[in-house]
Amino acid sequence: MMSLTFDLLLGVALLWSAWHTLATADLIRAVVSFIVFGLLMVLAWARLDAPDIALAEAAIGAGLTGALLLDSVGHLRARRRPGDNG
Amino acid sequence: MNRALRAAVVLGAGLLAALLVAAILALPVPAVRLPALVAAHLPASGVTHPVTAVLLNFRGYDTLLEVAVLALALVGLLAQSPPRELTHAPSPGEPVLPLLARVLVPFLILSAGYLLWAGAHRPGGAFQAGAVLAAAAVVLHLARLWPAWDRPGRGLRLGLVGGLLLFLAVAAALLAGGTLLRYPPQLAGTLILLIEIGLTVSLGLLLAGLFLFLAEPRSL
Repeated sequence: MMSLTFDLLLGVALLWSAWHTLATADLIRAVVSFIVFGLLMVLAWARLDAPDIALAEAAIGAGLTGALLLDSVGHLRARRRPGDNG
Repeated sequence: MNRALRAAVVLGAGLLAALLVAAILALPVPAVRLPALVAAHLPASGVTHPVTAVLLNFRGYDTLLEVAVLALALVGLLAQSPPRELTHAPSPGEPVLPLLARVLVPFLILSAGYLLWAGAHRPGGAFQAGAVLAAAAVVLHLARLWPAWDRPGRGLRLGLVGGLLLFLAVAAALLAGGTLLRYPPQLAGTLILLIEIGLTVSLGLLLAGLFLFLAEPRSL
């Protein structure tokens, strides 16, 4: 019973974060939602008894990809800022 | 975008999703029981963890090509990025992040070593260990302790492709036996560990390179 509740909550949270990633207009929010989605996905893989994929997802999906995307958003903002002022 | 077009897109996507679900449900049950097959041949694979046995032994060919794809991606990135001026003097901007990085990075390197070693008998392995190493490099860069990478020199190039070359060398050496990557059972464990060590270093550098070759020199 406990684990079923947890799985349902996890599924709903996954769908919610996926929707939030796609639907939000703010890039930073989208990237943060994507990282949250990745971390929830780690839990989902762990629940599916696939610790190997959970490890890879945590390190590559949530960690490295998240850092890359955040860095890209930072570059986009830095490039846009001079245009806004002048 | 007008409302009718948006509704049509949503309908089309929903229809495609329904068709995909129907196609997956219609798939026949596979005739070969792969988990049982892997379990039966596990003693001959040189490792005791089934995932590592599949990745490095039974389907080593796939892993070899995966690493080659990652190396190609980095070559593409390097060919496409223009040469740039880099400031090679990192200077900390704020005290908290560099301190955290200094505490974290040794543990990350230790974890990578553990994951590499654990790969033989429990979840872990070269890809995970390499990703953790790459994460350590990114943390160092974000804490402004490590500058972005310039064009790779001879040493870095060797490090980037070393794992792939080692894998290819093992594959070529075993080709005399007639089949690609069929390890002799008594040597399998050692060969897999050797390949995984090379892959960990190369994958760490490749994944870190995807970040650090692209990172613009920061205004320090």
